[in-house]
Amino acid sequence: MLLIKDPQLLILLAMIFGALMLATIITTVINCKTKDSSIFLTNLNARLRAWWVMVTIFAVAILAGGGTSIVLFAAISILALREFITIAPTQKADHHSLAWAFFVVLPLNYILLAVHWYGLFVIFVPVYAFLCMPICSAISGDSKNFLARTAEIQWGLMLCVYFISYAPAILSLDINGYENHAARLLCFLVFVVEISDVLQYVFGKSFGRHKIVPTISPNKTVEGFVGGILTTVVIGTCMWSFTPFSPWQAALMSLALSLFGFGGGIVMSAIKRDRGIKDYSALIPGHGGMLDRIDSLCFAAPLFFHLTRYFFAH
Amino acid sequence: MLNAICELVRCFTGVQGHWIGADPKPVQRIYFANHTSHFDCMVLLSVLPRSIRKLVRPAGASDYWLKTPLRRWFSQEIVHFIPIERLKPTRNNNPIKTLANALDAGSSLILFPEGTRNDSDTLQTFKSGLYHLCKQRPQIELIPTYINNANRILPKGECIPVPVLCTVTFGEPLFFDAEESRDKFLERAEKALKRCAQNVVN
Repeated sequence: MLLIKDPQLLILLAMIFGALMLATIITTVINCKTKDSSIFLTNLNARLRAWWVMVTIFAVAILAGGGTSIVLFAAISILALREFITIAPTQKADHHSLAWAFFVVLPLNYILLAVHWYGLFVIFVPVYAFLCMPICSAISGDSKNFLARTAEIQWGLMLCVYFISYAPAILSLDINGYENHAARLLCFLVFVVEISDVLQYVFGKSFGRHKIVPTISPNKTVEGFVGGILTTVVIGTCMWSFTPFSPWQAALMSLALSLFGFGGGIVMSAIKRDRGIKDYSALIPGHGGMLDRIDSLCFAAPLFFHLTRYFFAH
Repeated sequence: MLNAICELVRCFTGVQGHWIGADPKPVQRIYFANHTSHFDCMVLLSVLPRSIRKLVRPAGASDYWLKTPLRRWFSQEIVHFIPIERLKPTRNNNPIKTLANALDAGSSLILFPEGTRNDSDTLQTFKSGLYHLCKQRPQIELIPTYINNANRILPKGECIPVPVLCTVTFGEPLFFDAEESRDKFLERAEKALKRCAQNVVN
């Protein structure tokens, strides 16, 4: 059991639950102070309840060890890809390509991770799915909007399957003096990215004045961006002892993760804006869809994996 | 068994029901819907509360649904469909009579008045069966029911379903009007369904 091997992991998870507890206490105080329940407060309460569920599922998957994290992320991929395909106007002629995407490409991507076949994992979706899916769509014989349709399917696979799978891929890294502790790094990645999202939201709601890209996301403000990212860097730096990084390396990592996470958020908002929707689905109460939750993680996970692999793994 | 299958369908399609014009009440109704996929009937049944689901029987073509053992098992044992004879209707198996009998027995119905699965993006002209049935049982509430995206899960002619999120939108109830001509009535029903289609929320 991972649990016994790595007491530090347990402390890390306990701290995450502690942070959640703190958020719950603060929200309860706000709830008691305000008499009438506003939409904002209802949403905040729903968000918090969903966080408890999500963090618990994540913690259980991490502690169970083995391939559980890979299975969890594969499930996340299915839910995210389903949302992405729903808003992408694919045609009947793409049906076979979609069946391949869901039932062959997605599982194979995660199987390659599980069997540690790194060389094939990195090229499987970006090269071979990229080549084969359009062939499949073309054979169906419908040329209408062909480039847009195939691009959308490939985007869906890259975002919802390939990029997000870099998160569990961290578990397969061999890091000097850090053997068998990679689960801590996965927690670090997910925690830093998500806390950055949350803090940008909190700072934005509290002090937000100047919108960064009003045409794309009315919720992203300069104040939220700066406040959220600075606090995240401080928190990330404090977590250095759980990672193979030195404090300043942990700070730089947190900064990079926050910036890419922010980028992921606005890219996924741009898609929503174009489609005229507010959320990708109503899967997670208070948050929206799976893609609304993991947008920043999709962008940050590959960066974190490659930085760690390049500088720390052997 | 039906409830278990409906739970599976809900997981697979993430289907959501939006009752914008009617409430989910266990009263006798005819749900008339657009028809693009074999999944239509299942997603519609899946969003109905169990208390309503057990009252509802879909109508289906007997020449199609009684053809193979698998289809027979599914249509008869699982969804308890009402077989509609569309090739050789006689006095004894007259579809309107079969449907009216099912209504008299207390069932609610799911009807697809376009007749068959529709491959195009626009709603097809309704067949007149809906009118004749309502003329015979004019007190029944008609609920326009728009099913969105089921054709992307399983388009006509395909056999592997793909997970795509879909929605079912229930519009305002319609009633039969004895003053109205057949064409006017069908036009009104079509318009009601199109209004549902415009109000699809994601």
